Amino acid sequence: MDRILELLEDNARISIEDLGKLSGKSKKEIEKAIKKYEEEGVIVKYKALINKDKVKNNQQVVALIEVEVNPQKDVGFDLVAQRIYSFPEVKNCFLLSGTYDLLIEVVGADINTVANFVAEKLAPLSSVKRTATHFMLKKYKEDGVVLVKKEKNKRLPITY
Amino acid sequence: MIAKHVKNMPPSGIREFFDLVLGMPDVISLGVGEPDFIAPWRVREKAITALEEGLTSYTSNKGLLLLRESISDYLKKEYKINYNPDSQILITVGVSEGLDLSLRAILDPRDKVIVVSPYYVAYPALVELNQGKVLMLETKEENNFKIEPEKLSLLLKHNPKAIILNYPSNPSGATYTSSELKKIWNILSKKDITIISDETYDQLSYGQKHISFPSLARQAKKQTILLNGFSKGHAMTGFRVGFTCAEPEVTEAMTKIHSYSVMCGPVISQVAAIEALRAKKEVERMKSEYIKRRDFLVEELNQLGFSVSLPQGAFYCFACLKKFKLNCLDFAKKLLLDEKVAVVPGVAFGKKYQDYIRISYANSLDKLKEAVIRIERFVSGL
Repeated sequence: MDRILELLEDNARISIEDLGKLSGKSKKEIEKAIKKYEEEGVIVKYKALINKDKVKNNQQVVALIEVEVNPQKDVGFDLVAQRIYSFPEVKNCFLLSGTYDLLIEVVGADINTVANFVAEKLAPLSSVKRTATHFMLKKYKEDGVVLVKKEKNKRLPITY
Repeated sequence: MIAKHVKNMPPSGIREFFDLVLGMPDVISLGVGEPDFIAPWRVREKAITALEEGLTSYTSNKGLLLLRESISDYLKKEYKINYNPDSQILITVGVSEGLDLSLRAILDPRDKVIVVSPYYVAYPALVELNQGKVLMLETKEENNFKIEPEKLSLLLKHNPKAIILNYPSNPSGATYTSSELKKIWNILSKKDITIISDETYDQLSYGQKHISFPSLARQAKKQTILLNGFSKGHAMTGFRVGFTCAEPEVTEAMTKIHSYSVMCGPVISQVAAIEALRAKKEVERMKSEYIKRRDFLVEELNQLGFSVSLPQGAFYCFACLKKFKLNCLDFAKKLLLDEKVAVVPGVAFGKKYQDYIRISYANSLDKLKEAVIRIERFVSGL
């Protein structure tokens, strides 16, 4: 992967100046490359990774839902998936191999909200055969970042 | 009570400074001689499993055969040099022990040893502890702290028993190209001299692929004691695993001393080291991180008025601070007290280096950035 992408993936807020220093490219080259990536949809969005457990007054539940569906002639899973990922409640949607087809992540204010979404919107879809809802209890690691206790190097501050 | 040659060893001139740093909380330390990374998880996991399996006994004096075989394979693949795991490789307690063993095995009292400065602090100290005499070979910033062949030739007239090479170098980050090494070998090959080649930082060579000294020529290999280990490249300093590679006769002599003084390296660490040799990706990842930090730091330091050439290996800059008209100890002390940034004064690495400080970039980019802000504030107030 391009160095610029690597650096941005690690820190979306990195300055053009630092990008230049770390990639050995000029400001102009970097701006041009980033613009191209944005236009091509390689860079989709710049976002912050937030540890929701530490946000005050954050009443929110996350559920991972396995969905088994009937694929459709000619289009396979894509149309069914679209039908499902279009609900604003669905934050992530993946097609998987294995015992079920789609794995979706749904975020809601509380358990009832999510349960209602499944009962009233998701399960009744004619192409949905079966669902299994798993509520998330604790996030240990997200996007390669450990959210719980951080490992710290216990080096002495000065050595040869 | 203390032996004369130990008593006569001069105390480190900067111990007081070290104590000052150690006593101060919340320091941003650019004075550390080890990676800020924690050993790769797969290495730690192996160590945990080894404990669970009850691996808690001695190993053979030379170390676990599988580790010696893995090292032999590694050197063959990486540098095309062949060392027999049975008779030419010895596992030591860090490279430090390897260095001590080499000197103990070859030095008679008053034998001379060439030490290249700026040097890693243990070199002259261990030569003296082994009752040898140090011949200092100074290098200069204008030559990127590399050995000048003419100077080396001159020193060889004193018939030294050995020379200690260290590249990539702590503290300068200097390393050598193939043609530079061949020049050095050409000069050394005319003498019956042992080359102790400390290549601890071989994995952290940035501009070019590292060239191991014994790979230069068949005779070079015969005259060399190669030292290396897992501390720096694999971020395993606390595991204390190193190794020596040398002719069977030399390895036998070192093994004899090793078997009486430490018996064997710690078994858990040896098991972990076997796994470390398989962790190529992790080493590469750390290396690319060091390059990022080096590029950032060197540019910033030069802009602030230091003179720093781009280090080609290890994770140190040896920065000249002539412009600030302070000697390194005063500079380091004042920087520590005023801005809580720790660096190592250059005199620790040779008395000629009054105008230098060693700055380690084994720190996160964020920390380095904060350090640069503090150093900038400090030098602008000088």
